[in-house]
Amino acid sequence: MERIPVLRMGSLLLITIQVDMHDKLALQLQDDVTTRIAEWGSKGVLIDISSLEIVDSFIGRMLANIAAMSRVLGAETVVVGMQPAVAITLVELGMSLPGVRTALSVEAGMELLYGAGAGFRTGSEDDRPEA
Amino acid sequence: MTDPKREVVPLGNSNDVVLARQKVRQWATELRFTLVDQTRLVTAASELARNTLDHGKGGSMTIEHAGVGGRVGLRLIFEDHGPGIPDIEMALKDGFTTGNGMGLGLGGSKRLASEFSIESTPGKGTRVTIVRWK
Amino acid sequence: MSDLAEIISRNQDQIRADWIRTMGKSVQRPDLISKTELDEQCETLLQAIVAGAKGGDSANIRNAGWSQAREFLEGISASRARQGFSPIEVATFVLSLKQPLFAAIRQDLARGQDKLFEAIWTATELLDGLALVTTEAYIATREELILRQQQELLELSTPVVKLWDGVLALPIIGTLDSARTQVVMENLLQTVVSTNSRFAIIDITGVPTVDTLVAQHLLKTITAARLMGAECIVSGVRPQIAQTIVHLGINLEDVMTRANLADAFALALQMSGRTVVRKASLAAESKGILAGPMNKQES
Repeated sequence: MERIPVLRMGSLLLITIQVDMHDKLALQLQDDVTTRIAEWGSKGVLIDISSLEIVDSFIGRMLANIAAMSRVLGAETVVVGMQPAVAITLVELGMSLPGVRTALSVEAGMELLYGAGAGFRTGSEDDRPEA
Repeated sequence: MTDPKREVVPLGNSNDVVLARQKVRQWATELRFTLVDQTRLVTAASELARNTLDHGKGGSMTIEHAGVGGRVGLRLIFEDHGPGIPDIEMALKDGFTTGNGMGLGLGGSKRLASEFSIESTPGKGTRVTIVRWK
Repeated sequence: MSDLAEIISRNQDQIRADWIRTMGKSVQRPDLISKTELDEQCETLLQAIVAGAKGGDSANIRNAGWSQAREFLEGISASRARQGFSPIEVATFVLSLKQPLFAAIRQDLARGQDKLFEAIWTATELLDGLALVTTEAYIATREELILRQQQELLELSTPVVKLWDGVLALPIIGTLDSARTQVVMENLLQTVVSTNSRFAIIDITGVPTVDTLVAQHLLKTITAARLMGAECIVSGVRPQIAQTIVHLGINLEDVMTRANLADAFALALQMSGRTVVRKASLAAESKGILAGPMNKQES
């Protein structure tokens, strides 16, 4: 059965959602994430939704569930790449995604999880080390 | 020239919900709705299609052009012959759920649409109609 | 209804001639439309009315039978709106058909008074409905034009500027209406994504008033930005606007605000972990312009 792949990068789990998910797929993902966290002892979960053109209440709840379940298992979740149209619609829908941290990009998400000095930044003009 | 002004999508399983989203996206794109409006329409459709499936025990979604004269819009009609909704006002309140999380489906879809109407008879079925104007 | 269809068919040429005469010179607008074209349009409409009257059973012009007439009228209304006809001229095009039509009806049904009245009533209902169709279409076309112009104006007047890496500013000038606010806000969110900017400063120094709808849009934008992983700071809130917001009962507890853009910028820098430092060595080296060019910094 098709599944959304869960990749491992050290203590980080990286998930990129690129398909229009039907409900079973979403539930499978929730399952897989929790299994993997337990199996690999992951400390961070990063979900990239930059390809998602729609987040309805079901998907929203899935994201919130993943964040909550992960936290219970000792891992923090960050959702990245939410499209503006999706954000506006979620606000109008009334969904606030409680307990879900968000960031603009994968890099920003990693920075949020591991801190600015962890070396994940792709660098901005003023981030050169002092001479 | 056949210009189909409406399309009916049966809603029998969760794959149909995905199909419904895609169809609405297609129609909305053709009518050249803005991206945000398209997103509103598809999201509302997803909510209502899921309701039709989960609570209405399956049904259908009808997509058609709306509008007369200068006005252009898209109308979506969700029908089922399920148990119906006994207290519509309550159902429209956010957070109200019958266990499967209908919480935001109705109220949320109403906010995403320009026009919203619902008819429901317990024991006979439900029909929800939304329109989004360009 | 079919009586009407027959009456019109039989007297088509007469009705058309009377109609054009009744329209009067001012409505004909020979400067905008040629006599031939006008004549053609009258003929087309009459035929469409005959078709509708034959097919339908009522004067309800929303019926399918009247779609030909409706579509024709919508088309010429839109084109007349663009050409510069006034709304009265467009509606009168249809309404001036009443007199010749009634005259024809009276002539044909002179003996049956009830039938006469019925036919006249149906005809007047019909023509009123069609005239309203033209007005609707006319207005729709004008509104589309206005909307397009507004859009263009909007794009010119509300740029999103990058103040620093990851910090955007949106200085808004002028009154905000609901439509404008929506577009501006969508644009801001889109720029947040494309420039990867965690902070967006919405400066409303140049906005004289804010109403409930606009305030709601602002709040919606701020919430949406937060959902995406960015933060908004509102700056330049005038005392009047602050009062309005409180009076309207709008909750700004979750919103960061600053009195002016500079303060908001300082806050954004601080929140992104940056400080602005005056280099002590540079100050010491600055001998003033009279002393010659400054040396390059030793490192």
